[in-house]
Amino acid sequence: MTALTALIRRDIRIALRVGGGALIGVLFFLTVVVLMPFAIGPDLALLARLGPAILWLGALLASLLTLDRLFMADHDDGSLDLIAMSRTPLELSCAAKALAHWIAAGVPLIVATPVLGLLLNLDAGSTLAVALTLLVGTPALTFTGIIGAALAVTLHRGGLLLAVLVLPLSIPVLIFGVAASEAAISGPVSFGTPFSILAALSLVSFVVGPFAAAASLRHGLD
Amino acid sequence: MTLTTTLTDLANPTRFLSLTARVLPWLTAATAILLAIGLYQSALAPDDYQQGATVKIMFIHVPNAWLSMFVWSVMSVAALGTLVWRHPLADVAAKAAAPIGAAFTFLALVTGSLWGRPMWGTYWEWDARLTSVLILFLMYLGLMALWRAVEDPSRAARAAAVLTLVGAINLPIIKFSVDWWNTLHQPASVFRMGGPTLDRSFLIPLLVMAVAFSLLFVTLHLAAMRNEILRRRVRSLQMMQASRQAA
Repeated sequence: MTALTALIRRDIRIALRVGGGALIGVLFFLTVVVLMPFAIGPDLALLARLGPAILWLGALLASLLTLDRLFMADHDDGSLDLIAMSRTPLELSCAAKALAHWIAAGVPLIVATPVLGLLLNLDAGSTLAVALTLLVGTPALTFTGIIGAALAVTLHRGGLLLAVLVLPLSIPVLIFGVAASEAAISGPVSFGTPFSILAALSLVSFVVGPFAAAASLRHGLD
Repeated sequence: MTLTTTLTDLANPTRFLSLTARVLPWLTAATAILLAIGLYQSALAPDDYQQGATVKIMFIHVPNAWLSMFVWSVMSVAALGTLVWRHPLADVAAKAAAPIGAAFTFLALVTGSLWGRPMWGTYWEWDARLTSVLILFLMYLGLMALWRAVEDPSRAARAAAVLTLVGAINLPIIKFSVDWWNTLHQPASVFRMGGPTLDRSFLIPLLVMAVAFSLLFVTLHLAAMRNEILRRRVRSLQMMQASRQAA
């Protein structure tokens, strides 16, 4: 347990310091949201209607952007081999690294959501609903993303390949995340149903993600 | 017991090559005959009272759509073979199946959209079934990109196996989530509780076509596996020659 907390603390510290790049994700999120009115036009009513979808897309792309750093830096300096050889099961280490990545890169996105909601003409209740769905949904993005990150590091290929592999896996999260936000704001559907499915997707990804990532690391590192 | 011994026998690529060399001509002939019968029966099938002659697109569309999902299950079994049993031919099978599956998925999409134009009035609709098949197609392409991204086949094989299994878990999730999201495509009419709702004059040609397309897949798959094995042999011979010249 102490090994895992040490790993989480180390990863968060590295991510937040110079060269870590966790906060670049927030900057990217902001830029994507600011770009949208230029593409759609500064129609406030339309922006308010598209707001939840824009915020979810921005968060999805921002969390994808930081993913390939998840194992790459550790692989380059050799600490990934040490983690793989240690007595802690590799599945738990993968889960700990994903958790640390979510805290360092995912939570700032959620914190930034209220400010960005203001730019998109969302009222306080709607912004809160979107932030809540992001809080429940982004762990699923990170925990399915580590599968892609593990594949990318074992293949020494990052970037576009990672995006092509991970994005189709995140479609259900996107569907239910936006559905829950829409339901809370206007929809005839009750908020509870899509929200519970979103939570279920996160829980499933907690189980599947670390095992698949550990399997691909174990088979790929040699 | 016999199945495991057969699988162990097949692990020898030379034995696999000689066996498939004997089986393939028969399979090809059977596929051609069944396809001919199926196409003939489909052409003779009566026009639908609502859809007219366009109903005949179904005889091509439905087998392709079934196979698009069947091929992913074949690849998942092959992925288990790579990761769990380390069967030497499993990754060859998985690699050979991906482009064929992508082709079936593409044909299902194209025939469906050709049918949709006169019937729904549009080539493309963001409907549940269409969207989930499109995502399946994207996942096939991603898998093929993964195979092409890495030079060492065994390393690529293990990565692709992990991705195939994750995709196998994700596909039903996508299917149901998209179902929930938006739907227009008709529900299943052949494999359902209480028997098929399809009339016999349509059902029999459809089943013949489904068997013919499955045989087509087996034939193409075995041929592609042979090609892959031979390609790997050529590659290792070239490597040997290159290292001999260097020495």
